[in-house]
Amino acid sequence: MSETGIGAALLRKEDRRFITGKGKYVDDINRPGQAYAYIVRSPEAHASIAGIDASEALKAPGVVAILTGADMAEDGVGGLPAGWGVLFQDGSPMIEPAHPPLVVDRVRHVGDQVAVVIAETRAQAKEAAALVEVDYQPLPAIAGLTQASADGAALVWDEAPGNICFDWGLGDEAATNAAFESAAHVVTLDLVNNRLIPNAIEPRAAIGDYEVTDDSYTLYTTSQNPHVIRLLMGAFVLGLPEHKLRIVAPDVGGGFGSKIFHYAEEAIMTWASKRVQRPVKWTAERSESFMSDAHGRDHITHAELALDAEGKFVGLRVNTAANLGAYISTFGAAVPTFLYATLFSGCYTTPAIFANVKAYFTNTVAVDAYRGAGRPEAAFVLERLVHKAAVQLGIDPVEIRRKNFIQPDQFPYQTPVLLEYDVGDYDGTLDAALELADYDGFGVRREESAAQGKLRGIGLSTFVEACGIAPSAVAGALGARAGLFEVGHVRVHPTGSITVFTGSHSHGQGHETTFAQLVSDRFGVSTDQVEVVHGDTAQVAFGMGTYGSRSIAVGGSAIYMAMEKIIEKGTKIAAHLMEAAVEDVVFDKGNFTVAGTDKSKAIGEVAFAAYVPHNYPEDLEPGLDETAFYDPKNFTFPAGAHIVEVEIDPDTGVIELCGVSCVDDVGRIINPMIVEGQMHGGLAQGIGQALLESCVYDDSGQLITGSYMNYTMPRATDLPFFKTGHNITNCTHNPLGVKGVGEVGSIGVPPAVINAIVDALSSAGVEHIDMPATPERVWRALQDAKA
Amino acid sequence: MEDFAFHRPGSVAEAQEAVRGTEDSKFMAGGQSLIPLMKLDMAAPPAVVSLAGLDELRGIAQQDGSLVVGAGMTHAEVAEAGEVRGSIPALADLAGGIGDPQVRNRGTLGGAVAHADPAADYPAALVALGATVVTDRREIAAEDFFLGMFETPLEADEVITSVRFPVPEAAAYSKFPNPASKYAIAGVMVARNNGQVRVAVTGAGLGVFRASAFEEALSGDFSASALDGTSVSTDGLVSDLDASAEYRAHLVGVMARRAVEACG
Amino acid sequence: MPTVSLTVNGRTVEGEVEGRTLLVDFIRETLGLTGTHVGCDTSQCGACVVHVAGVSVKSCTMLAVEADGAELTTVEGLASNGTLHPMQTAFHEHHGLQCGFCTPGMMMSGIDLVSRNADPSEHEVREWLEGNLCRCTGYHNIVKAVQAAAAEMGG
Repeated sequence: MSETGIGAALLRKEDRRFITGKGKYVDDINRPGQAYAYIVRSPEAHASIAGIDASEALKAPGVVAILTGADMAEDGVGGLPAGWGVLFQDGSPMIEPAHPPLVVDRVRHVGDQVAVVIAETRAQAKEAAALVEVDYQPLPAIAGLTQASADGAALVWDEAPGNICFDWGLGDEAATNAAFESAAHVVTLDLVNNRLIPNAIEPRAAIGDYEVTDDSYTLYTTSQNPHVIRLLMGAFVLGLPEHKLRIVAPDVGGGFGSKIFHYAEEAIMTWASKRVQRPVKWTAERSESFMSDAHGRDHITHAELALDAEGKFVGLRVNTAANLGAYISTFGAAVPTFLYATLFSGCYTTPAIFANVKAYFTNTVAVDAYRGAGRPEAAFVLERLVHKAAVQLGIDPVEIRRKNFIQPDQFPYQTPVLLEYDVGDYDGTLDAALELADYDGFGVRREESAAQGKLRGIGLSTFVEACGIAPSAVAGALGARAGLFEVGHVRVHPTGSITVFTGSHSHGQGHETTFAQLVSDRFGVSTDQVEVVHGDTAQVAFGMGTYGSRSIAVGGSAIYMAMEKIIEKGTKIAAHLMEAAVEDVVFDKGNFTVAGTDKSKAIGEVAFAAYVPHNYPEDLEPGLDETAFYDPKNFTFPAGAHIVEVEIDPDTGVIELCGVSCVDDVGRIINPMIVEGQMHGGLAQGIGQALLESCVYDDSGQLITGSYMNYTMPRATDLPFFKTGHNITNCTHNPLGVKGVGEVGSIGVPPAVINAIVDALSSAGVEHIDMPATPERVWRALQDAKA
Repeated sequence: MEDFAFHRPGSVAEAQEAVRGTEDSKFMAGGQSLIPLMKLDMAAPPAVVSLAGLDELRGIAQQDGSLVVGAGMTHAEVAEAGEVRGSIPALADLAGGIGDPQVRNRGTLGGAVAHADPAADYPAALVALGATVVTDRREIAAEDFFLGMFETPLEADEVITSVRFPVPEAAAYSKFPNPASKYAIAGVMVARNNGQVRVAVTGAGLGVFRASAFEEALSGDFSASALDGTSVSTDGLVSDLDASAEYRAHLVGVMARRAVEACG
Repeated sequence: MPTVSLTVNGRTVEGEVEGRTLLVDFIRETLGLTGTHVGCDTSQCGACVVHVAGVSVKSCTMLAVEADGAELTTVEGLASNGTLHPMQTAFHEHHGLQCGFCTPGMMMSGIDLVSRNADPSEHEVREWLEGNLCRCTGYHNIVKAVQAAAAEMGG
């Protein structure tokens, strides 16, 4: 391992611009002659539009244009597409209503886009927007799942009876029902997975820039996947060919999933810039983000676990109502289905599983992937059930898990829910976590807390997740409408420096460093000699972007494969230069050596020869520049054991996090410092879900939590230092052996937190508490249990 | 946010003239309440008159058993001033818990008191300590000052110049903050002076109020256990997304106990 | 339109503003210093924190006109002659940033803390950062970075 190779805790190359205030985020970019856009948004949750009168607004100072859905329809602009199609249990396709970027005749959530005002300054656009008169005819609003599924509920979409988008199933229903019928024990749990708002600190922004001289467009956008935006917007919305459409996703201030989707504003700004023949810039205000960024989670679940007399899991049955919001967002249909129910084996050998998911339309913002995207929802169901089962059956919570773990010799393990896990060591991971958490010492700590009048509890979560998405054929069979491979392009320059072009994107993950480490490791060069380029479709040929913890597994593997091609070609060049047979030349750490001799050529010399081919193999093209497209063979399966210890003040219900100890198997670690940072970030968001965050709509569909004033974001005072550790089993099916780490924190920790709280409150007779477990909820649970 | 004329007067008198010059103008000291309101278009004064940096509004002094704090002193200054920490440490603690450090670097005592947010911290201190709001034209006792949500008896051109806090024998402030906004869900200041006990509650109701049942109990026996069996009624307490009236009432009791314990 | 004149990162600047122009917009748009960021509209996230008259303030909750005659330091003014400020170095060395968006405000806030408290405890750092939101790091490395910077700065 070189100093800057795989495994090095290398400080980040990208830091320089961020710490000196020279990052280039979309709002930092200005195009000559640009105008500014402000979106007129619906204040109604559900209404038909009888008319839009922009006459007064057009007279306002600085106004350049005011455009509506009718203008878009006239130009043949298409609707925002769903990127994943899901089927009903009877095989019929999901209900897929049109999703125009600017509504035509109906608004379906507070914040829905009605018109765009373009003016010389942002302030002028905003002021003029207030003068646009929209005649809303309110309609009954469906504010959430309970309303959506009620008998005789009003319809969000006329074409979706019962407000159902799809009614989907996975698993063997008959076998599962049979398992339940003969089970010795059944544990039941009703739970809510609370609706969240991703809230990356950088608000979304987009600049559309039309170039009249060659009829081409550039869109600067806060996206995790510029090529996906080019594909979706170009092919489905604006009808623009790729060679006329450049998407630039420069520095992006966090995404967590919320910046994957092709949003209306991207299409609006791109299209509008041609309409007004000027660049058009839009930046969301935070309160605007609250009502236009995709939200996350929002499930109501009834789950049952069947066990035999000894506590072995014999069946799992889950019924979930999932809120999709008013529209199907890009990945919206996949999150509560293929990214959710396929994880219901977890770490366990449960033989019979059936999940039914009914996805509902509601008059709320669209719901789509948010850090974990379906897997946190699955881990929460499973680990809460396991905890309850342990309590109900009187089995130790550690033992009940061990009893049911998939054992190392059972891999590759085919689950009953489609996925085949490649490798894992769940006992080893749990052992390490128990030690990290000083689990054995808990009893004494509990007594000490009790002596102070406090309630102490400890909670576990052992989980598997599926990421590194995804094998294209499998994904396609499951409803994905695109491939999910990744592209790596490695260019060795004439004097030996290297540029890597990746279809992955970095918005906090440190790819400019870790991908350089891959090259450093394989080519034996310093990372100083390697530049990683991402985020610009004009520079990177293709890609599918960063989400689902796929970058190292899929993007990194593509780079690895491109490097293999470089080495293969380099070997031929080196052999020629050293007058040796190709099969006698070996490559290692940057040098091509004739086996058994001390004749060698450095990669730099080989590169030079490739670009100045005076002494060069006849049948070989010059240059040293290779691209690889890597389509993963399978998902990857990180796993973990998270242990949370809490101390509760029964007087106020306030929960103190005394310990957050997490051991994860993320496969091979490229940069341990960055891996730890990803864990911390995921844990913070998972704890945020468990204790603090909740997106609330009132019964009429008004967004009550509309700002940070009442949507509680985790702060430094809410979190402890985290204890993290690793128990690594390398992925068996990608060349790097990596699995991914970005989402394990947000997947694994919420049930550990709630299990700890329930454990603390168990002596008071409390069996369950929903997320977020706010102080008032905890206090109430204690009061109710006393009554 | 609508545009406005901005005035930077050199004295209180000049400031008052400027405010009188345009109808509906507003004074602004640190701007930590007014600017957020203007950004939300919940306030749109045609003119804003700055009181920032006026010497007449600055300073902290002892005066006959009272601490006189200039209205222009920032929360950070009040929290860190030796004179405050030395005579009314509870006041320093309270000021040090307002908002966040950046808000405290700009927000002022006078601005916070004039704004009279029902969940702000200072009102509890003024009422519990029996303070007097001193303006350019009169003195108003704290209990006559906070009239309800954002309501005070101040006239449009009236400027708070200082607040006079009698130094108590013992006082402490205990706050249960809203985890998102950091305003008080229930903030209780307990103060004892010459045998008299005041318990002032902010955040739980529509404005600061005195918990008379608590005051009676503590007058007899200044200890947390004296509060056993007493509580505040849920009547008049706020029930909203952040906390129910029932929980607020409960927290008032808990915070009161903690404040008494912190008095030593 | 009012004119403001102030010292920014050691240089005198002048500009025409409206009364309502926020200091952060003056910094970003008139001065072109885009290292100071806007992350919210309720004065909570702290991405906009700068130093005015030597203390940290939220530039989104200050008017440009209020800064007339003042000394302003933004993140661009932290390094001196190419040498990074210890806080910048600490954030780099302790991996205190991921996407970088909250980072300028975090560092400016941290510098204010250290100027008042040369050896802040973990708890003191966390409390001080109540006005700075980060969604990426979980604050773990940010706290370490601030403490490391404090030690370096002479605590």
